[in-house]
Amino acid sequence: MTTRQNGRPSQLFRNLNAKIASIPMILTALVIFLGGTAWTVFYSFTNSKLLPRLNFIGLDQYERLWAAPRWMVAIENLAIYGVLSLIFSLVVGFLLAALLDQKIRFEDTFRTIFLYPFALSFIVTGLIWQWLLNPDFGIQGVVRGLGWESFEFDPLYNAEIVIYGILIAALWQGTGLIMCLMLAGLRGIDEDIWKAARVDGIPMWKTYVFIIIPMMRPVFITTLVIIASGIVRVYDLVVAQTSGGPGIASEVPAKYVYDYMFHAQNLGQGFAASTMMLLSVIIVIVPWAYLEFGRRRHV
Amino acid sequence: MSDPAALNVAASGFEAVAKDVSDPRGAKPRRVLSRRNIFLYGTLILIAVYYLLPLYVMFVTSLKGMPEIRLGNIFSPPVEITFEPWVKAWATACTGLNCDGLSRGFWNSVRITIPSVVLSIAVASVNGYALANWRFKGADIFFTILIVGAFIPYQVMIYPIVIILREIGLYGSLWGLVIVHSIFGMPILTLLFRNYFTSVPEELFKAARVDGAGFWAIYFKIMLPMALPIFVVAIILQVTGIWNDFLFGVIYTKPESYPMTVQLNNIVNSVQGVKEYNVNMAATILTGLVPLIVYFASGRLFVRGIAAGAVKG
Amino acid sequence: MTSVSVKDLSLNFGNISVLKDLNLEIADGEFLVLLGPSGCGKSTLLNCIAGLLDISDGQIFIKGKNVTWEEPKDRGIGMVFQSYALYPQMTVKGNLTFGLKNAGVANDEIERRVVRTADILQIQPLLERKPSQLSGGQRQRVAIGRALVRDVDVFLFDEPLSNLDAKLRSELRVEIKRLHQKLANTMIYVTHDQIEALTLADRIAVMKGGLIQQLDTPHAIYNHPVNRFVAGFIGSPGMNFLDGELEVGVSAVVKIGEMPVPVDRYTFNGSGRRTGPTVLGIRPEHIAFGDSAGAMPFSHEVDVEIVEPMGSDTLVWTRLDGQNLSFRVDAERPLQTGDRVRIGFDPARASLFDSATGNRI
Repeated sequence: MTTRQNGRPSQLFRNLNAKIASIPMILTALVIFLGGTAWTVFYSFTNSKLLPRLNFIGLDQYERLWAAPRWMVAIENLAIYGVLSLIFSLVVGFLLAALLDQKIRFEDTFRTIFLYPFALSFIVTGLIWQWLLNPDFGIQGVVRGLGWESFEFDPLYNAEIVIYGILIAALWQGTGLIMCLMLAGLRGIDEDIWKAARVDGIPMWKTYVFIIIPMMRPVFITTLVIIASGIVRVYDLVVAQTSGGPGIASEVPAKYVYDYMFHAQNLGQGFAASTMMLLSVIIVIVPWAYLEFGRRRHV
Repeated sequence: MSDPAALNVAASGFEAVAKDVSDPRGAKPRRVLSRRNIFLYGTLILIAVYYLLPLYVMFVTSLKGMPEIRLGNIFSPPVEITFEPWVKAWATACTGLNCDGLSRGFWNSVRITIPSVVLSIAVASVNGYALANWRFKGADIFFTILIVGAFIPYQVMIYPIVIILREIGLYGSLWGLVIVHSIFGMPILTLLFRNYFTSVPEELFKAARVDGAGFWAIYFKIMLPMALPIFVVAIILQVTGIWNDFLFGVIYTKPESYPMTVQLNNIVNSVQGVKEYNVNMAATILTGLVPLIVYFASGRLFVRGIAAGAVKG
Repeated sequence: MTSVSVKDLSLNFGNISVLKDLNLEIADGEFLVLLGPSGCGKSTLLNCIAGLLDISDGQIFIKGKNVTWEEPKDRGIGMVFQSYALYPQMTVKGNLTFGLKNAGVANDEIERRVVRTADILQIQPLLERKPSQLSGGQRQRVAIGRALVRDVDVFLFDEPLSNLDAKLRSELRVEIKRLHQKLANTMIYVTHDQIEALTLADRIAVMKGGLIQQLDTPHAIYNHPVNRFVAGFIGSPGMNFLDGELEVGVSAVVKIGEMPVPVDRYTFNGSGRRTGPTVLGIRPEHIAFGDSAGAMPFSHEVDVEIVEPMGSDTLVWTRLDGQNLSFRVDAERPLQTGDRVRIGFDPARASLFDSATGNRI
């Protein structure tokens, strides 16, 4: 620091208006995002029931959590749902984008159709698919009505496959977004790459696999993060489609947290479960942030 | 073409084409029904049908009477069109105690969405402007926390917010929910506005400072009029997002002020009484109508809005 | 009288020092050009003077008043930007009056000044238009008007002509010069274009690496550059540099290879003569050719390698002791690759630099 002459305006009041305008952001960042998260993690080590109490019981809540069959079902569902929705969203989203990128006519119309489900809420989506998958009147009923009496397609009423029924609805709702992100990525690639590949006589699928997709790495990573953070939050869809049923077969962590916090009056358990959700997000985000920002700093 | 030699060459060229088709000349032949096109458009149309079918089924179901639904096929168009399910869904369907249909939820959602959209955008746009043009020490740290916070599962922050709202006496009220929506809309909106204002040439901002405009004068007189498109994007983003919210609505409001999505779920998934699928579908369409209208009316801007999530600062 | 005065100005961004202990005195009515390659700190210095950047140390005076911590609007400056920076949603008139309205100037006074400014810059027909309806040249005229209308003593120009095409640039250059002659305001003008600097400036400050290399009249900078950087930056086509050895015996000579170039007529810097590796700089237009070459203190026969016709004259490339050398000849002289010609120059017009430091000796 160099010496300052007297009369220099105070650092605190410089850009005062900007600081005032940033108060909501600062409060949100510090109080809600940092403070709230820390609070929840902190209280997850207590035996809070109806109200938060500072009665520490160590890792008891976590032991209880991992011993609960309901939580295990929720984790298993989340794993299946997560892996499959990642794979299908990326593959289907990319294929749709590649199809739309073929300089086709009516591109806007097709894009509008593929994306509209994204404008609908998970509740609406869930209720639509609840109706379509209704065993008596939905797809199963229609196919049986056509004469194939033994046809079975009732995911929402079959504990074994209920999570796939939810997955179908989620993909219908969400792939349009992935397609849009991918399409933006494809459009961001220099036209000359395609020209060069064409002059070199490289077939289109090879150009995609060996040139375009590697070039779209950043888009894929960003998309991955967006899908992943959505997966952990999945809640409304389950509530609308199955309410967690049949039985507890379609439980997910977000619903587990909600139920324990607001219905079972077992806050400590809810806090522990939500801390586990936070942990799973950290596992996804930290490597991504490292790849994204760590490397940029080294370059 | 008065030159006879040129005419000659042209004529012989023409003959060559006539005689030998394998000698290419002129426009490359293109067939509309090439195998590639049939495959391409066939696939696209098939997928489009898959995406549209649920909407269609919902619509036809809502126009049928219950006897027809029980006997018929969900894909067949209604034999006898009835609007009764729509009227019932809107005005008389029951959710637990109330039997005044979705209309109550609709108006609740309107009362939640409008102030939430206005407040969240007002706060975030000024914030993004401050971050882009009036950087102060530490601003980037708060912004980073904000953006990272966008990935934190809501479940971790739900309960502390309940406590805060209870402390300030807003728990269960519409305004409490408005604040919650503003908080959780802040990361994406601030990012959106910050990126937009950063893209405005810095010299414009400097010129305004030389012209004696301060923080608010530059915001209102220079930046705001320039940023109208991004405001539209933000409005689209927020209207659909807040209208579609379920989790915050169910946690932070009381039953009489539940938003439409919560009420819809309560109507459709209520265990009492006979399931009226046509009413349910009408109610579902009614709830999805607002975001759908926003979507179809805004077109490309909606794409920009949702892609904003992928824009990196 | 001093109009703008910069004292010991330093600016650091974190650990990076952008401007180092700059001192600059600009006289009333002077046209000073800050010239340098991109990244040399010239625009940064201008932004500091305008108050758009907070400096780390030092003082800035405008009209004798210490404005180091004043807001830009209170410094009595007008500024013109490279990208014009016109407010897109306001009309031309709105652009001109925005600052005056912020300052609370009375309406009839605003009206009077707008009329006068529009008159000077001949933009009356454009007043009701939006910037998007203007051509590049018109936009820059309005941007100048926005500075003019403020009725201030000091004008700051930040590369105002860089976004214009070559023809418009030379037109507006003349116009700015005319404006300066008419208004006699102090003008500080940042550019990387040495033609603009030479044509407009009363004095030029050549900058590099956050330091002022040389501050002098265009004539002095052109003919007596203080170091190799300034010599190479000014002039197009650029100065020739020949590596040699300075030897001081009975008379001083710079030996280019085996060729002795007598430099007795060269005016050495005060530090006096010293022997050793030396760079001889000579401008292409100071090299004589043909008959007149023989009359020069130094002359030599060379082979023509490349001929570049440039319209008004022709640049000829050759080699002297294996080092590239260019000289200018009349466009009418029929020279061809392979011709053998005699060239010569007067070392009094050359510049000698220390090979190690690059400073003039």
